[in-house]
Amino acid sequence: MSQRNPASTSLSAGLFEGTSRQVRSLADEEIAITVENLDLYYGEDQALKSISLKIPAKRVTAFIGPSGCGKSTLLRCFNRMNDLVDSCRIEGAINLHGENIYRRGTDVAELRRRVGMVFQKPNPFPKSIYENVAYGLRLQGVKNRRVLDEVVERSIKAVGLWDEVKDRLQSNAFGLSGGQQQRLVIARSIAIEPEVILLDEPTSALDPISTAKIEELIEELKEQYTILIVTHNMQQAARVSDYTAYMYLGEVIEHADTMHLFTNPGQKATEDYITGRYG
Amino acid sequence: MREWWKSGSPWIWLNGGAVTISMVMVFGLIALILVRGFGAFWPHPVLETTYEVPGTDAVAVVGELRRSETLTGAAMRDAGVPIPEDQLVVTRHLVKLGNRDVTGRDFAYFIDDFMDEWRYPENMTVLERLEWGDFYGVPLRLLEHGTTVAAGDALWDEFQERIRRVNNLWDEIRGIERGDIGRINFQLERVRLDERRAELRDTMTDQMRAEFEQRRQELQEQYRELEQRLNQLYDQLGRDSIVMRVADGSEVTLRVADVVKAWQPNNMSVPEKVWFYVQDFFDFIFGYPREANTEGGIFPAIFGTVVMVMVMSIIVTPFGILAAIYLREYAKQGPLLKTVRISVYNLAGVPSIVFGVFGLGFFVYFMGGAIDRTFYPEALPSPTFGTPGLFWASLTLALLTLPVVIVSTEEGLARIPSTIREGSLALGATKGETLWKVVVPLSTPAMMTGLILAIARAAGEVAPLMLVGVVKLAPTLPVDGNFPFIHLERKIMHLGFHIYDVGFQSPHAEAAEQLVYATALILVLLILVLNLTAITIRNHLREKYRAESD
Repeated sequence: MSQRNPASTSLSAGLFEGTSRQVRSLADEEIAITVENLDLYYGEDQALKSISLKIPAKRVTAFIGPSGCGKSTLLRCFNRMNDLVDSCRIEGAINLHGENIYRRGTDVAELRRRVGMVFQKPNPFPKSIYENVAYGLRLQGVKNRRVLDEVVERSIKAVGLWDEVKDRLQSNAFGLSGGQQQRLVIARSIAIEPEVILLDEPTSALDPISTAKIEELIEELKEQYTILIVTHNMQQAARVSDYTAYMYLGEVIEHADTMHLFTNPGQKATEDYITGRYG
Repeated sequence: MREWWKSGSPWIWLNGGAVTISMVMVFGLIALILVRGFGAFWPHPVLETTYEVPGTDAVAVVGELRRSETLTGAAMRDAGVPIPEDQLVVTRHLVKLGNRDVTGRDFAYFIDDFMDEWRYPENMTVLERLEWGDFYGVPLRLLEHGTTVAAGDALWDEFQERIRRVNNLWDEIRGIERGDIGRINFQLERVRLDERRAELRDTMTDQMRAEFEQRRQELQEQYRELEQRLNQLYDQLGRDSIVMRVADGSEVTLRVADVVKAWQPNNMSVPEKVWFYVQDFFDFIFGYPREANTEGGIFPAIFGTVVMVMVMSIIVTPFGILAAIYLREYAKQGPLLKTVRISVYNLAGVPSIVFGVFGLGFFVYFMGGAIDRTFYPEALPSPTFGTPGLFWASLTLALLTLPVVIVSTEEGLARIPSTIREGSLALGATKGETLWKVVVPLSTPAMMTGLILAIARAAGEVAPLMLVGVVKLAPTLPVDGNFPFIHLERKIMHLGFHIYDVGFQSPHAEAAEQLVYATALILVLLILVLNLTAITIRNHLREKYRAESD
């Protein structure tokens, strides 16, 4: 396969310059999550239409698409956050390592421990930095101070925040900047060692420098975790993700290797969107 | 003009005017209470003069000027006062004469025109007495067992010395009566109840009977000892007496034991007056009432109010918070919930006396009666909880203030951003864990706001309390040294009711007027202190849970 496609547009042209990465194929990947014929309704309105996807393990999968296309809704299916919406109804299956998370009798709290989530706006708890990171462990009943100290330190180090906060672990998390808060929130989710991390537009409320830091972090985290990210920013999707799914009106239009999708989109709709001709 | 209308200025004036009027009313009220309340303790000068209404004999007048007013001459003539036909206005003075036991009336109006020049003799003395109100006169001789021991220049210091002596005796007597004898009575009653309980349960044995009898004997022995001591003290009280010359020149002999304090206001310098004022204010706050509450202090009322508000807070806070959490977090939103919510909100608008009636009927008679039958059968027929008391008063007020706490807490819960809840849920917390670890701590400031409003409302409430536990004069405080230390079944005194009682139920309305203002002042200050405490706690919590955006 070619590294550069002559038909590629001005937008995607510069994106992969200088990268030496190879176009991957889903068929070669270890699959962490499979989505089978997922339909989601809000009351009478169908928000997701028979979605079928394979999410590769220890890769970053980005969901892009115009506002209202259902990408956030789909993301919130993976940890059953949609359960909080009364009128929401779901059909189909999402298998996490072969187990349907929508099966009757699933422990939702347990599922959410395995599938962590980071939201658009940093949402630290009104507690100390330390307690924010320890929160998930405390929920699991961990009381041993040494274990907590260790996990907190490891998690904060993993998000590159340790040097900034190590002297004020006991101060309120609200005292941190927006970017620091967002990294703290990521530390909070990885403290309980999930298998999957869902990122719902994690940088849309942040400044460019903080955004860059988060993107670097995502790059590092994918060594250990399966990451799903929803983003409005196509450069970001191109920069951080291995695979990209383009969604439109509740359907997955195209799902492929990121470089492939951006440089050589298989669908006209995808190409229109990524080149800015959409709408 | 049209320009002016369109500019919006009328609105600003209208709104600003409304604020101004509210402020004037609030500050006017507070100023009135402050001036009258703080003025009550200032030692006013005592005037002496003669009063001669044409056609009658002249009388000597000694007393404190309370207030002056100007009336039309015609009205006074109609009332039969001999005023010249051509005089249009008449000034009259209300003078506190004191000496209620000697003259029979302690306040009287005097027409300015018929009064001689006012003099302020330096040796004019005011006596505050345990009974019969204040006394005005000039001390002549101090007697001990009927023999003169001091007169003239040495009199005043000696007199003060002996007043201190009787005050110390009184303190000892009250200590024995309230403390020791109170404790013995309490224990005797407990022995009687234990005995009766054993009889009712048929577990009485001869040995127990003997034990009860022995305990009773011991207590009665102690009681007799105390009684003896008391008799000695009372004998000592009667030792001294003072001879005073009153307005009309006659001499009156008073027991020094009846004198609380004596002062010569016309002879006091300003610092002395200030010191006197401070002492008087202190006595007012920490003293016990006398003379059907028109004299003495208001300590039991302050104490009762504070204890009642605290017990109420302890009841209403958990109830209100739990109810609000259920309504906001768990209950399924729908018409039923809407009805419940509207009902709760409307509860806040129900006249408080209705709560009083409910409290009396349901809490006192129904619940209290049931408690008595179940837990205190030995005390029947005299009720323990089946009669108005502290607990029922607090419970009624808790019911009254419940809507306030619920509404505030609900608003607080609704303000917690959903992102924070989701953050907790996404970490594998259950709804309950999220609620108790994140949402509830964050809404504590709102809960405190509810409690502040509840306290402000409860401390000032009077009407329902008259029915469910507040009395004119409570023999004992609700908290004392006898187990279980807090006596929820006891009747209490309350500042709000005290104001009503002193102001409107007292036989000496004029004498009580200043006390009414002083008590109102204390009530306002008390509510202020309670609120400031709560507000401080809330601000501390707010600081702790400061949200990033605000």
